[in-house]
Amino acid sequence: MEDIKEIQRRIYPPMVEGEHDFGTVSDRISDLTLKKRTPIGWYIGFAIGFMLLQVLMMTVTYLLFTGIGIWGNNQPVGWAFPIINFVWWIGIGHAGTLISAILLLLNQKWRTSINRFAEAMTLFAVACAGMFPLLHTGRPWLAYWLFPIPNSMGMWPQFRSPLMWDVFAVSTYATVSLLFWYIGLIPDIATLRDRAKNKYFKFVYGLLSWGWRGSARHWHRYEIAYLLLAGLSTPLVLSVHSIVSLDFSVSQVPGWHATIFPPYFVAGAIFAGFAMVLILCIPLRAWYNLKDFITDTHLIYMGKVMLATGLIVVYGYAMEAYFGWYSASKYEVFMIQNRIWTGPYWWFYWLLIFCNGLSIQLLWFKRFRESAFWLFVISLIVSVGMWLERFVIIITSLHRDFLPSSWAMFAPTIWDWSMFLGTLGLFTTLIFLFVRFLPVISIFEVRTLLPEANVHGHQQDFEENVVEIETTRDPDRGGGA
Amino acid sequence: MDKKLFGFLAEFDTPTEMVDAATKVRDAGYTKTDAFSPFPLHEIDEALGIKRSILPYMVFAGGIVGLLSGLGLQYYVHVIDYPLNVGGRPFFSLPSFIPPMFELTILLAAFTAVFGMLFLNGLPQPYHPVFNVPRFALATREKFFLLIESDDPKFDYNETRNFMESLNPQEVFDVEP
Repeated sequence: MEDIKEIQRRIYPPMVEGEHDFGTVSDRISDLTLKKRTPIGWYIGFAIGFMLLQVLMMTVTYLLFTGIGIWGNNQPVGWAFPIINFVWWIGIGHAGTLISAILLLLNQKWRTSINRFAEAMTLFAVACAGMFPLLHTGRPWLAYWLFPIPNSMGMWPQFRSPLMWDVFAVSTYATVSLLFWYIGLIPDIATLRDRAKNKYFKFVYGLLSWGWRGSARHWHRYEIAYLLLAGLSTPLVLSVHSIVSLDFSVSQVPGWHATIFPPYFVAGAIFAGFAMVLILCIPLRAWYNLKDFITDTHLIYMGKVMLATGLIVVYGYAMEAYFGWYSASKYEVFMIQNRIWTGPYWWFYWLLIFCNGLSIQLLWFKRFRESAFWLFVISLIVSVGMWLERFVIIITSLHRDFLPSSWAMFAPTIWDWSMFLGTLGLFTTLIFLFVRFLPVISIFEVRTLLPEANVHGHQQDFEENVVEIETTRDPDRGGGA
Repeated sequence: MDKKLFGFLAEFDTPTEMVDAATKVRDAGYTKTDAFSPFPLHEIDEALGIKRSILPYMVFAGGIVGLLSGLGLQYYVHVIDYPLNVGGRPFFSLPSFIPPMFELTILLAAFTAVFGMLFLNGLPQPYHPVFNVPRFALATREKFFLLIESDDPKFDYNETRNFMESLNPQEVFDVEP
């Protein structure tokens, strides 16, 4: 019997460690918001995030009064930091949807304890991403022109443009992510409502839970809705980054005009997103002592996903270079040479290869994959690497145009940096507020992971299965190896 | 007494106990019943005889409406209201209309899934008689509850109460309306 337990542990590592029942699971997670003293790490993190948020406020104010000339954008580098940062942020968001939707459809139980804050991460990352194109328009108060609203000018947006597709993709993505996240929260907010002692908390959580009472009929429709949302989000998330990549690849610019872009962008997005999930959850589980729910197994799985998607991204780099050569177009060949060794930004390219290509190779080794410290360090490097990737794609393609007379260098100004740092502040602030006021782990889904959640012990027949394997191996019954 | 009662609520410790009890409730012929659990239980649908929801069909319809409205919008804009010749390409350039059509399909289907679910569930509903039972707060934590409403045709105060006691619950509560 002990052996079977051991085998079971190895094949299906438990997703909840320690001794837990429905009650302790509910208490442990909801106490983070209701009872437990806020750890000092929270105050430090929130303070840093909030200070950076002020940098964003200042930058946006100055920007609105002065115009986008305060940035380093020029001709021919018209798409500079705003688009780099937009693509970087929106990519980060994608891991949240991957975890919550695609892994749900694939029946990966380990998604359960990380999906909630991965979804929150998606939402906040999309909010940060959205600021860049909005402010890059220069007159954000006219941004409603992007939507097909009948107006007195008799004008319509141009639906044949990928930029218009982007408006539809990103706004749909933000809306559906919000719905998915909030629907997932409703039963857990009901738990908070029922456990809150404080009158005001009780009232606010009561409002937000919409009177959820866990009725079987409600759960029945709830699960259908949740599954359908997962099924709808899956093609959605793939379409969003594909459309973002079409902003580039539909154009004629050498270095952008490549058919590999959509899958390569999607893989890069998931890669960057998993890095961000690891950056967030490693400190979170240490400060809040959540190692029972976000186990080492979770971190190892995420490390493996990072390695796999990272390798796809590296394949994308190889294919970009190959296509440049194989196209036999002198502009494409020149672009690749310029990007990799002859151009002024060559070292960005090699830094990118180091961050996204070399650093992840450590994940082949158990020692690094199983160490939270190394996963954290590699995730930080990957986040920098994915930012550099967008820098390389956007800046090196634009700064050497078709006409040498229009060539120019790009250098970011202090306002480019403050805008980027500011959105990091917005993201951090929102994440910390979320951790403080809402359940960071999906409580009702973690309850279903406990063995006692199975009626009549269904799905617990592992022991019987092992016995069955033993009997099929029996030579008398004709079973082979 | 009967007039002032919404129904009986029986508390159970484990999902298995509640599902077994629910099967007995259904076999005894009660129809105005409900179960409450801190997480979704698939077995309870069968035990209580809950029919499959029409929600998936609504979501499909929502998606179709989204698809057609995306097509209609772009057709109206680019063919009827403001035809614009871009490099001699056709006004009705379907391939480049596909991304917005796709996004609108997803958007309206997702809206239907969420708001359809809430609508069919009758949510938001801040007040419900079961909240009058103080122990019911545990239904979102660890306990499982079974409800028989008083307007069930088979409902009789003493008989139903005895029947519920016979299901081995932790306790049976009167639910005030």
